[in-house]
Amino acid sequence: MALLKKLWEYTRSTQVWNSIFRHGPTDNARNRGLAVLTNVFLHLHPVKVRRSGIRLRFTWCMGGITFFLFLVEVATGLLLMFYYHPTVDYAYVDIVDLREQVPLGVMRELHRWGAHAMVITVWLHMLRVFMTGSYKPPREFNWNVGVLLLVLTLLLSFTGYLLPWDQLAMWAVTVGSNMARATPFLGHEGPGASLLKLGDISLVHAGNDARFALLAGRFVGAGALLRFYVLHCVGIPVVATILMAVHFWRVRKDGGISGPV
Amino acid sequence: MSAVDSIKHVVNWLSEPSRFFVITVAAFFVALFPGEMGPGWLRRLTRPVLAIYRPRVAAAMFAVIAVLFGFACLDPNFRSIVGKPDNVPIAGMIFLVGFFVWFAVQQGRRNDALKDAGQPIVEKRETGDGKVLVWPDLVYIEFICLILWCIFLVAWSIFLKAPIEEPANPSKTPNPSKAPWYFLGLQEMLVYYDPWIAGVLLPGLIIVGLCAIPYIDKNPKGSGYYTFRERKPEIAIFLFGFVVLWVWLIVIGTFFRGPNQNFFGPFEYWDAHKLVPLINIDLSQIIWVKLFGVALPKNPLVRECFGLLLVLAYFVALPPLLAKTWLKSYYEKLGPARFHIMVFLMLTMIALPIKMMLRWTLNMHYLVTMPEFFFNI
Ligand code: HEM
Repeated sequence: MALLKKLWEYTRSTQVWNSIFRHGPTDNARNRGLAVLTNVFLHLHPVKVRRSGIRLRFTWCMGGITFFLFLVEVATGLLLMFYYHPTVDYAYVDIVDLREQVPLGVMRELHRWGAHAMVITVWLHMLRVFMTGSYKPPREFNWNVGVLLLVLTLLLSFTGYLLPWDQLAMWAVTVGSNMARATPFLGHEGPGASLLKLGDISLVHAGNDARFALLAGRFVGAGALLRFYVLHCVGIPVVATILMAVHFWRVRKDGGISGPV
Repeated sequence: MSAVDSIKHVVNWLSEPSRFFVITVAAFFVALFPGEMGPGWLRRLTRPVLAIYRPRVAAAMFAVIAVLFGFACLDPNFRSIVGKPDNVPIAGMIFLVGFFVWFAVQQGRRNDALKDAGQPIVEKRETGDGKVLVWPDLVYIEFICLILWCIFLVAWSIFLKAPIEEPANPSKTPNPSKAPWYFLGLQEMLVYYDPWIAGVLLPGLIIVGLCAIPYIDKNPKGSGYYTFRERKPEIAIFLFGFVVLWVWLIVIGTFFRGPNQNFFGPFEYWDAHKLVPLINIDLSQIIWVKLFGVALPKNPLVRECFGLLLVLAYFVALPPLLAKTWLKSYYEKLGPARFHIMVFLMLTMIALPIKMMLRWTLNMHYLVTMPEFFFNI
C-alpha cells in the first residue's frame, strides 16, 4: 500500500504527468475547478452546478446515458467496420461470420442493443426535460436542438437496420422507405407529382423521385446498401456529433441544468 | 377449459383494438387525475387510485405486473412474439416508460404537497445555499453510471444474441412486413390515412409540434422543477401524445399486428390464414347509398359534401368557437397566432384516435374521398 502510494506520488511529480494534467492534486476547490477547466472533455461541464441539477432523481442521468450510448455505438461500430463490406455479395456473410467465427464476439450485440437502448433513453430524456419544464426560456433553442438530435438518432438506427442484409433488414427498410413515394410533389405517387409535366413527359417518376434518391434505385438493392452505409457510418454521425457539441454547450450557456428560481 | 385458458380468452377478447384503446385511454386519465374528473360519483369512484402515487403501492403493483408478465411467458404464443430478440427491448421499454412517467408525476405531486404545507420544494431544499463542484461531485456520478451501464450492456449482449434471418431476398416478402420497431407507430397510422398524410405530413407535424412546444407554452410556472398541479393541461397533452399515441401504438404494432397486418390477441396463434372480412365503407357511401338510397353523385364536391362539411367544421369552425368558449383564457393569454397554431396541432393529434375508433367500430374508410385531388381523409 505504502509502495503504491509512493509510486502514485512519483508519477504525479513527473514532467510527463504535469504536461498532461495542468492542475495540482484535486484536494482543494481551486484545483478541482482547474481539473474541469483545463480538460477539453470535462470542460463541456461548468465548474460548478446546482446540487439539485445533479441529483439522479432530477435528471435520471438520461441525457448523459444517451451520450454514453452514442460513444458505445461509435466504438463498437468502428470495430464492426473492420469486418464488414457494404456490398450485396459480402454484407450478409460478414455478419454471419462475426457470429460464427469470432470467439466470444459480442460487438454486434453491443452495437445492436446499444442502439435500441439509445432510442429508448433519448425518449426518456425528452420526457424528463418536458416534465421538469426545462424547455422554458431561456432553453427553447436547446429543446429544438434536442428534437433534431432525436430525429437523427432515429435515422441512425434506421440506416443501420439495413446493413445486416437479411430479410428483416431489407423488408423493414422497404416498408419504411415506401412512404417516400408519397411525398407531395417529390414522390411519384404523391399529390401534385402528376402536375409536374413538360408536355407529355412527367418530371417525377419512379426513376427519379424522393424514394429513388434515398435508395439509389427503384428497389432496396446494392445502391441502397451503399448509400445507407455511408450515411450510417459517416454522414449522420458527423452531423449528430456537431449538434451534440452545440447541445452541451447550450446547456452550460443557458445557465446549467435547470432549477427552480 | 381450464381457468388459465378462460383468462387467456378474456385477455384476447379485451385486446380487440377498440376495447383495448378505450381501456388504455380510461386508465391513462384515471391514473393521471384520480378523483378529479367528471361528475361526483366518478370522482368518488376514482379517488382511491391516488394510492398508486405512494411508492410502496406502486412497487407492489409493478411486482404484480412483472409476475403476471412472467406467467404470460409460459404461453407459447405469447412467448414466441415477446421472446423475439428484437422485441425483448420493447417489452423492457413498456416497463421503463411506465416507471419514469410514474416517477415524474409522483415527484411533481410531492412538490405540490410540500408547497401546500408551506415548505420548500425538493429541488429548492437540495440546492440550499448554492452550487457544488463538478469535480468530483458530478464526474463521479457520471463515472458510476458509465460503469453500471457497461456491465449491463455486456451482460445483455452475452445473454441475448442479435438476430440474423435468412439472406435478403427481394422476391420473397415476409408476412407480416414491418418497419423497424420505433417506426411502428407511424406504420400503424398508414392503416387509417393515405401514405402522404400518414407517412409524410403527420411525421412532419410531430417534429414541428415538438419544436413548437417551448413557443406555445407560455405558462411561466413549473420551470426547472417537477410539478403536476401548476401544469396539468400541458402535462396531460404531452403524456397523451407520448404514452398513448406513440408508445402504445408501437406496442400495438409490435405485439398485436400479425400476418396480413391483422390484429391478434397476446395469446392467439399468428395464423396467416386468419380471415378478416374487408368491409370498410366511405362516409359518402353510407349517406347517399345506405341512407338516401340513391347512386353516388358524379360531381366529387357534391358527393363528398357531408364529409367536407364535417372536416371544415372540425378544422375551420371549431378553433374560433373554442377561442370564445372552452379555451377562452388560452386565447387571451396566447394571442391569435399562437392559439391557432396550438389548436391546429392539437386537433390534428386528436384526429388520429378519432379516425382509429371510427374505423374499428363503424368500419369507416374515408370521411372525404376525392382521389381526383389526392384528398382522402
Ligand atoms: C442524442 C440525443 C441527446 C443527447 C446525447 C442529449 C444529452 C443531454 C445532456 C447530457 C444533458 C444534460 C442534462 C441531462 O443529462 O439531462 C441534456 C440536457 C438537455 N436536453 Fe438533451 N440530449 C439529447 C436529446 C435531447 C432531446 C430529444 C431533447 C428534447 C426534445 C433534449 C433537450 C434537452 C434540454 C432542453 C436540456 C436542458 C435540460 C435542463 O437544463 O434541465 N435533448 N441533454
